Order: sequence, then structure tokens, then C-alpha cells
Amino acid sequence: MTDLRRSAADLAAELESGATTSVELTQASLDRIAEVDGSIHAFLAMNADDALAAAKASDERRAAGTLASSLDGVPIAVKDVLATRGITTTCGSRILEGWVPPYDATVVARVRAAGLPILGKTNMDEFAMGSSTEHSAYGTTHNPWDLSRIPGGSGGGSAAAVASFQAPIALGTDTGGSIRQPGAVTGTVGVKPTYGGVSRYGLVALANSLDQVGPVTRTVLDSALLHEIIGGHDPKDSTSIDRPLPALVEAVKEGASGDLTGVRVGVVTELGGEGYQAGVLARFHESLELLTKAGAEVVEVSCPHFVHALATYYLILPAEASSNLARFDAMRYGLRVLPDGIEAPSAEDVMRATREAGFGDEVKRRIIIGTYALSSGYYDAYYGQAQKVRTLISQDFAAAFERADVLVSPTAPTTAFAIGEKVDDPMAMYLNDLATIPANLAGVPGISVPSGLADEDGLPAGFQILAPALADDRCYRVGAALETLLLEQWGGPLLDKAPALDGETR
Amino acid sequence: MSASLSRDEVAHLAVLARIDLTDAELDHLAPQLSVILESVASIQGVADADVPPTSHALPLTNVFREDVVEPCLSPEEALSGAPAQEQQRFSVPRILGDEQ
Repeated sequence: MTDLRRSAADLAAELESGATTSVELTQASLDRIAEVDGSIHAFLAMNADDALAAAKASDERRAAGTLASSLDGVPIAVKDVLATRGITTTCGSRILEGWVPPYDATVVARVRAAGLPILGKTNMDEFAMGSSTEHSAYGTTHNPWDLSRIPGGSGGGSAAAVASFQAPIALGTDTGGSIRQPGAVTGTVGVKPTYGGVSRYGLVALANSLDQVGPVTRTVLDSALLHEIIGGHDPKDSTSIDRPLPALVEAVKEGASGDLTGVRVGVVTELGGEGYQAGVLARFHESLELLTKAGAEVVEVSCPHFVHALATYYLILPAEASSNLARFDAMRYGLRVLPDGIEAPSAEDVMRATREAGFGDEVKRRIIIGTYALSSGYYDAYYGQAQKVRTLISQDFAAAFERADVLVSPTAPTTAFAIGEKVDDPMAMYLNDLATIPANLAGVPGISVPSGLADEDGLPAGFQILAPALADDRCYRVGAALETLLLEQWGGPLLDKAPALDGETR
Repeated sequence: MSASLSRDEVAHLAVLARIDLTDAELDHLAPQLSVILESVASIQGVADADVPPTSHALPLTNVFREDVVEPCLSPEEALSGAPAQEQQRFSVPRILGDEQ
């Protein structure tokens, strides 16, 4: 029987040895989803028939000796913000209920071409606006560690699917932390690549200048393997970087030796302390000690403008989002609602009625804030200022990276909070992204690696590693080193400590 | 600069953003939006006038491609998500309002 707790790399080795087949593995994943997703709700749509057909094709390639990639035959889940030809793509919104894209996002096309069967689409906050999946129009995803708690967001579905062994790996997107923060609170690994390092074509835009697609996995190696499949130049994305990716899998292998001699690790003063949970900080400092023991030189660096990152982000993001979401106008695709009591309504009447019915509270909040920030008379005071502070934040990064090869912090200030706790308090919700947002504003890559369980509540915390733009390999090297050292300490993966799920046979 | 939004201002912004809001929604959202705006207003005065703005993290350059035919969506595919269609076109409500 296929052991779904194995990493994607190990599953690929089992496929290689003949211990299992892609059809067996894909069917086992589908069975697992049927068994436990009733209590997790990670998936919004299933793609069983197509996945099994892709698995069969993979097995045939293997027999013929014509494998398409290192992960050929390993199934994957895809966040519902990525266009998938023939599979519904809702972005967690009523306004796109039932929409079936006529094309694939570039990352989806690359995953298919690499031979990975797509299991289904995962839940998310509506249009990726949120840190908990509570803003999904289709119900909240539950954290496998404690079903009464949030799995993070916006990509809580992908993280929860991977943490509960429903999928070995998944695709996520990260605009202000939507890959890394769910990774931290579910005890999984998540990577936000350098802006432009992975194509955004077919990613339904939230904030174009911040959005990046990236891997959601249980191990650092799996992230590197998936990153190498999805990354690289795409002529269909004008912001795509036209140069090869760094050697990511190589960097993982280098890091997994556990030797970080000569690596300078910068602790960001402003990303810690007040507002951070004691147990999260305790695991962070222990991880730091491990890096020191591995030979890294730890220095403290100050990034003084990071204290303004949250405000900067919550102006730039709504401004871009209000413009991007203007495409949901009820004319060419998606929902169309006719207003009550108006005879022969105009296109504008229909658009207003449709957006009222089709958008949830958080989307409305952000569109209205964005509309305000961009309106004449306020533009300079809000959006213009935010763009300038964005420059200052990038300059802080540049100065810090002169003193350190990587910068580190806790990924999220707290462990997973209770479902419902912050849903009507937008500012409390926004604070979850405190440590992850600066990387998006500056376009630099970041990884979150599990750092252990917080003492207060026994829930996972994450360790974030940031590197300069285009140096994603540094995140992987240091992340792999930390993972190796922590695994030795724990005696096994952190997820082994997660409770069994209802209906689960273990 | 005052950093709060009145109920009327929110109603006006909603019209600009093409979103109908019910009275109940205005009551619910207007105070929340004021709290958000007060928080982000802290950004005013942080950057001096001589700081250049950043629109994208990495410098952008215009991108051209060769002027050659490439595969694209068929008309049926392009129309496949349309709420209504007619004669291989998107069918939409009247676009002129009473004021025109």
C-alpha cells in the first residue's frame, strides 16, 4: 500500500523502483481526500478522472523510459486562483462560481507537461484577500492540527491538503504571505520565489506588483523540485525574468549537509518582540542557535522602515486590487445579476448589482479603500506615499543584505488562531502578515520552514528565511540545513506529532 | 488630513467602485473602513519629497514579441464563460444610461 506520508521526492523514488505506480498513488490520494476532507475542507473541486488519466499516461511514459520530469507521476493540488483548463476556477468567490477557464496558467501547463496529475483545486480566501480562508465564499478550511482553528491564508487549502497528506505537494500564491503564513501555522514548508521568477500568466491577479506563485510542500527538497518545474522565463508574463533559475535542488543538497560555515544570518530587529507569541519566539531562537552551531555567523540588522510595511502594503494592495477586480463587470464571464425593480437596467446597473451579490465583505472593503487611495485629492497622501515608502523598504533590504547573506524572522507572529476570532476585525487579521509583507514589497524570495510547536498551545510555528532577489538558492540552502538539524532533534517530521483525523486509519 | 470615512463617503466610493451596498452593509462596513484608514494614515510624512516612488520591485522594461501568428482561443472558447451570447458575440445590457 502506498504510504502517503512520504515526501514527493520519496514517492518519486518509489515510482522509480516500481514499488508503486502513478495510478496507485493518485488513487490513494483521491481515497485519502474522500476519507478526511469532510473534516478539513481543503478542496473546492476534484479532478479525479483527468488525474487518473494523467497518472496512467505517466505510468506509460515510465514503462517507455520517456519520463517528463523528476516528479513525473506524483500528484499535486492547485490553489483555486490559478486557471486550469477544464477544471472550475473560482478564486473562492461567488462571482466566479462554476467558471471553467478555456486555458491553463503557465505554471499549470508546466505541471501538466512535467507529468504531475492534478488532484483538484484548493480553498482560499476570496481573491486571496485574507490570512485564514474564512473569507472564502465556500466555507472555511480547518487546520489539521486543531479543526477549530484556521489553516492560515489565503492559501489555507493548499497548506491543509499537504499537512493532512491529501496531496504530497501543492501550488500556492503569495501576495503578502499567503504561502508562507499557512506553511507556518500548519507545520509545512512554503516558498515565495523572487518576483518574476515564476510566471503569473493565468494567475488571477490580486496585486500584480506583489503576486508570486510558489511551492507548498512538506520538505524543503520537495519545494526545490517543484520550483524548478514551475520556474523560469515565460514570454506570456511581461514581468517574467529572462534568465535561468539558480540551482535550487543543488542548494538543498548543500544545505542538508548541515554545514553553514561562512554563511551570515541577519536577524531583523523589527520582525520580533512585541506582538509575537512567546512560544513562537522560543522556537525561533532555538532554530537560530542550531544555525550558529552549524557554523553560521548570526548578526542583528535593523530595517527601520519595516514598521511601515503593513500600512504601505494595505494601501498598495487595495489600490492594485480595486483596479484588477474591475474586470469582474458581469459582461464576459462570471456572475451576472439583474438589479431588482429596474426595468431595462443599464450595464452599469447590472455591474453594481452583480458585484454586490458576487463579492464578500473583505473584497468590498479592499476595493473601497483602494478606490479611495487612488482618488484625486488623496492619491499623493496615500498611494503616492506608499510607493515612496516601498522604495525605503527596498533600501533597507539592500543595506541589510550587505551585512548578511540571508535575513531571518518568525514567519507569523502567532500560531493558528480560532476560527471566527478575527473575521470581523480587519486590522487584527492584517497583523498576521507583519513579517511576510516586506519580502513582497521588495520582490525578494522567502521560505517558511517548521520550527517546532509553541509551548502554550502545542501548535506549529514557522521560521522565515529571506534572500536577495534572484538568490532563491540561499533560502533553500539555509532552509534545508535548519530542516536537517531540527529533524535530528525531533527524531522525525513535525507532522508526526499532529493528531489523527476523524475517519482516519493510522 | 483627516483619516476617517463617513457613511456618505463610503456610499459615494461604492458608486465609484461599481458596488451596490445595502443600508445594513454601509452600517457594517463604514466603521471598519475608518479603522483601516486611520491605521494606514500613519504612512503620511514617512518619506521625504525626494524619495523616488517604486511601482514594481524590479525594474520593468517594455516587452515586444515577434509579429507572428500564435495559437489562441477559438471564438467558442473565448465565449465559453459569457453570461449571455448572441451571434458569436458577448451579449450585454444597454450601455447608455438615462442621462445620455
